[in-house]
Amino acid sequence: MRQSRSIELATGFFAALGFAAMFFMVTQITNRSPTFGDAGFRLEADFDNVGSLKEGAPVSMAGVSVGRVESIRYDQGTYKAHVVLRIQPQYNRIPDDSDAAIFTAGLLGGQYVGLQPGGSETYYKDGSHVELTQSAIVLEELISKFLFSFASKEADQKTAPPAQSPQP
Amino acid sequence: MSTVNLRIDRQGGLRGALEKLGAYLLFSARLLVAVPRSLLRPALIVAQVYNAGALSLALIMFCGLFVGMVLGLQGADLLQRFGAEEALGPAAALGLLKQLGPVVAALLFAGRAGTALTSEIGLMAATDQLSAMEMMAVDPVRRVCVPRFLGALIALPLLTAIFITIGLYGAQLVGVQLLGIDAGQFWSQMRNAVELDDIAEGMVKSLFFALAAASIAVYEGFHAQPTAEGVGRATTRTVVNSSIAVLLLNYLLTALYLH
Repeated sequence: MRQSRSIELATGFFAALGFAAMFFMVTQITNRSPTFGDAGFRLEADFDNVGSLKEGAPVSMAGVSVGRVESIRYDQGTYKAHVVLRIQPQYNRIPDDSDAAIFTAGLLGGQYVGLQPGGSETYYKDGSHVELTQSAIVLEELISKFLFSFASKEADQKTAPPAQSPQP
Repeated sequence: MSTVNLRIDRQGGLRGALEKLGAYLLFSARLLVAVPRSLLRPALIVAQVYNAGALSLALIMFCGLFVGMVLGLQGADLLQRFGAEEALGPAAALGLLKQLGPVVAALLFAGRAGTALTSEIGLMAATDQLSAMEMMAVDPVRRVCVPRFLGALIALPLLTAIFITIGLYGAQLVGVQLLGIDAGQFWSQMRNAVELDDIAEGMVKSLFFALAAASIAVYEGFHAQPTAEGVGRATTRTVVNSSIAVLLLNYLLTALYLH
């Protein structure tokens, strides 16, 4: 009897562990709300385009991670992406004219928010709004801009002599 | 004796192989037919879940941790060359969920639990326990084979889930704690890349592997020659055939899932 009880206990433990592992996989690995501690203070910033920035992405200054992106939502009033950054409490001396930009880490890496310090004597506080922002660089926009300027430059050069059509 | 047996085993070549395959498939059908009535005695199945699952737990956790750790180490090294070490999270998660978790867990399971099943049933046959059951009008397939088959069928998917979870912890341990990849990127990119379908794929695979490994182990034990040598050889065949079946099935299932 005692032995069968201990076998049942071990089997139950094994099954519970197995189902806990499945639960972990379903809830933690897939796209559910990530949980981060809410220590530190919040900064808000509006971007024209956040690219593929994700919640949980790092916020860095001079390449050092100082916080996380807490939430991203679309603001219907301003037609911009409203991003909330959570900065770790020890980095409390960020000048309040610092600007935020979205960069890409490496060639294939994820995007992150970079803060460049300004020259102000006063610092950002909890709930401050970052006024100067720079959107993520979208590759298609970059290419179309390049092609457009290239084409217009060529058109400028060709306006002086009339366009000649090549004859076969 | 042994050389004679060897010749008989190998005799017939293709025909012999086909006969064995047929015998295995017929036996598997017999197992499946006997499943519903065996469900009436869950205590037998629970005892086999203990044998196949709980006793393999330490091995699976240990191996899972190190498979995950080496995945983190090698993956981070490779991805750092492209400056994309943040992609380690999705790479480790998808690799473990779809391939490494189900396959390695099934291979370990065949070696740890499959051999135990084969030698146990083979020894029961060698000591005439199975014949004694038949004398008492107890069907040995229903009383001995099916509970072991079902126990293994329940245990392997659970072991696979544990293997994957521990493996991810190992990858995280090396990638984030040791090599300094950003934890937020690791988890957030993983969450964005992994869908529920990927988890389902891993679990479906491990269920198929469990079907194959468990039925092969039980078949080999039940049809082992009732000698010490015969049981030993049946145990070897269990590991070899289960491994081949798992790897073949893995290719087929992967191709199916990729459409």
